[in-house]
Amino acid sequence: MNLAAKDIRHNLGRFVLTAIGIGLLLMTVLGMSGIYRGMVDDAMVVVDRIGADLWVVQHDTRGPFAEISRVPANLEHRVRAVPGVASARSFVSHNVQREHRDEPLRMNVHGLAWPEDNGAWVTLTAGRPLGQAHYELIADASLGLALGEKLKLGKDTYTVVGIAKGMVSSGGDGLAFFTTQDALAIQVDLPGDALRLERAARVQRAVAQDLGQVQPLLLERGAGMASGIPALGPPMVSAITVRVAEGVDAAQVAATIAAWPDVSVHTRDDQEALLVRGMIDKARRQIGLFRVLLVVISTIIMALILYTLTLDKIHDIAMLKLMGARNPMIAGLILQQALLLGALGYGIAWVLGGWVFPRFPRRVLITSEDLWALAVVVAIISVFASLLGIWKAMRVEPNKVLA
Amino acid sequence: MTQTSKKPAAVEALGLTKIYGSGNTEVIAMKEVSLSLARGEVVALLGPSGAGKSTFLTAIGLINPPTAGRIVIGGEAVMDGPRALVDLRAFRRRHLGFVFQKANLIPFLKAVENVAIAMEINDVSPRAARKRALELLDYLGVGDRARNLPDALSGGQQQRVAVARALANQPSLILADEPTAALDSHRGRQVMELFRQVAHEHGSAVIVVTHDHRSLDVFDRTYEMEDGELGAKHSPPAPTANSTPSA
Ligand SMILES: Nc1ncnc2c1ncn2[C@@H]1O[C@H](COP(=O)(O)OP(=O)(O)O)[C@@H](O)[C@H]1O
Ligand SMILES: [Mg+2]
Repeated sequence: MNLAAKDIRHNLGRFVLTAIGIGLLLMTVLGMSGIYRGMVDDAMVVVDRIGADLWVVQHDTRGPFAEISRVPANLEHRVRAVPGVASARSFVSHNVQREHRDEPLRMNVHGLAWPEDNGAWVTLTAGRPLGQAHYELIADASLGLALGEKLKLGKDTYTVVGIAKGMVSSGGDGLAFFTTQDALAIQVDLPGDALRLERAARVQRAVAQDLGQVQPLLLERGAGMASGIPALGPPMVSAITVRVAEGVDAAQVAATIAAWPDVSVHTRDDQEALLVRGMIDKARRQIGLFRVLLVVISTIIMALILYTLTLDKIHDIAMLKLMGARNPMIAGLILQQALLLGALGYGIAWVLGGWVFPRFPRRVLITSEDLWALAVVVAIISVFASLLGIWKAMRVEPNKVLA
Repeated sequence: MTQTSKKPAAVEALGLTKIYGSGNTEVIAMKEVSLSLARGEVVALLGPSGAGKSTFLTAIGLINPPTAGRIVIGGEAVMDGPRALVDLRAFRRRHLGFVFQKANLIPFLKAVENVAIAMEINDVSPRAARKRALELLDYLGVGDRARNLPDALSGGQQQRVAVARALANQPSLILADEPTAALDSHRGRQVMELFRQVAHEHGSAVIVVTHDHRSLDVFDRTYEMEDGELGAKHSPPAPTANSTPSA
């Protein structure tokens, strides 16, 4: 007969409560790997949808997904001149947090190379791609903006013309697509006073330099708009995305551009690898450590419960030994309870997770790989958790029956 | 009362001594106790509390090793002083049955399971174990409570389940330490008679520690223990045993 099952039936309440507790912990372990997977997947979706074969970025940086990269917008023209390049577009991406409807609105502002790119490649659930050079945006659904809603960013007001799905930055912020011009305007949106101060400072800098002395015109221009003095401050974009022409080896094109001293080139695979290794790596390690911690906590809780369940049975175990029960039978009693507890906890984690995770603010992606890995981990911690109880049971003397 | 039994004694204790603790706290619970029982013999052990009866019984029961002396069961030397000469647990499983003052039933097993587990431990198939357990419980008059957990049984019913458990493997030696203390005298006597019946039917040797002087006529022999020493053998009221080798 199965002693483990009969004992559990006798202690059902305590056993089920423990299983629920373990289940919740395991669900959290599962959820954490799911959060990481969701993060990677979200980031990949964006890299994937942008569909660039090559990313030309600031020299020795790892691209806009990893760190700040600034390249002059006119790099686009240089890249376009390289043989084998089908198209080159400037890529602008930055995070902003602004007040909207009296609540903070965080979004990842993404520039589309209008007019070549109107965002037709973005998966829309409603509305349309951009239709004009200014004052329109496509917003990811996660930003909670409605079609037709007006959004004041800086000095301009923009209208939501399309709603996108699944476009989230690796930081978890929804993407908002503008034309590159608008994206840059939003990025460098300075209040009037700041502009005036900067212009004055610019004149001071020019006065202090040889250049200002030799070219007095600069002093005049310096007090005006930044666009009037392109030589002093070319507009910067994050990167240039390149599509390679049909039948051309991307590596060849990359090698050509990489030879330029002022930029670095990454392939799409590089970019994805960088995303995973670089930016998300810390998050992964952080989440990984939490998972380890939770697994350890689960093991300790399981061990304690199994130990107390064993202590409660110590008299019965002594009686079994008195009757001549073999050690494997007694150890099996405890081990089976541990495995059952683990299995039940795992089941609860699975079912509860399936219900809870879709309600999380960020995508929680549970892969069958992770489910298998957790099953193995649970089996292992169940065995470990039973060791303390088994150790105790093995040490009981049969004459303890008389105590 | 001769010492000429040809067959090996069911159980033989030779000069058993047990000392608990050491130095100031030393207690000599059992002093040079020797006793030999033939198969089928039923013996009562009397004596005041603290006399060493339980110490003796548990020593012979292989759960409380003596400080000195030898124990031979079924012709096989099993203990030499505190040293075990065989696998004690396996030996208990096959040859010994215990009943204590408390029933010590396993609380999460039904009555029938409490009896069957003793047989399953002894490698009897679950089916056969259950069948025999039900028969035993019927025989002991608690067949109708077979599917109850111990909690739902009265003290007397529990004790009868415990007796059934002790008899389940048809042990060659049954050790009972005040088994009827929790029973009324009628039921107590029933249990004693049951021991005798089993002893005579299966040839088991039985040692029963008891305070119940009214049931002494059931036993082949009666011993008195005092201050750790076995002595003053009482004659049985009616000679029922065939051979009674003495210590
Ligand atoms: N585990 C023990 N440790 C120390 N002394 C013990 C222990 N068990 C019994 N004793 C002592 O041994 C003596 C005999 O005890 P016991 O065999 O239980 O007697 P009885 O069963 O006849 O009442 C008593 O003095 C008791 O206090
Ligand atoms: Mg006693």
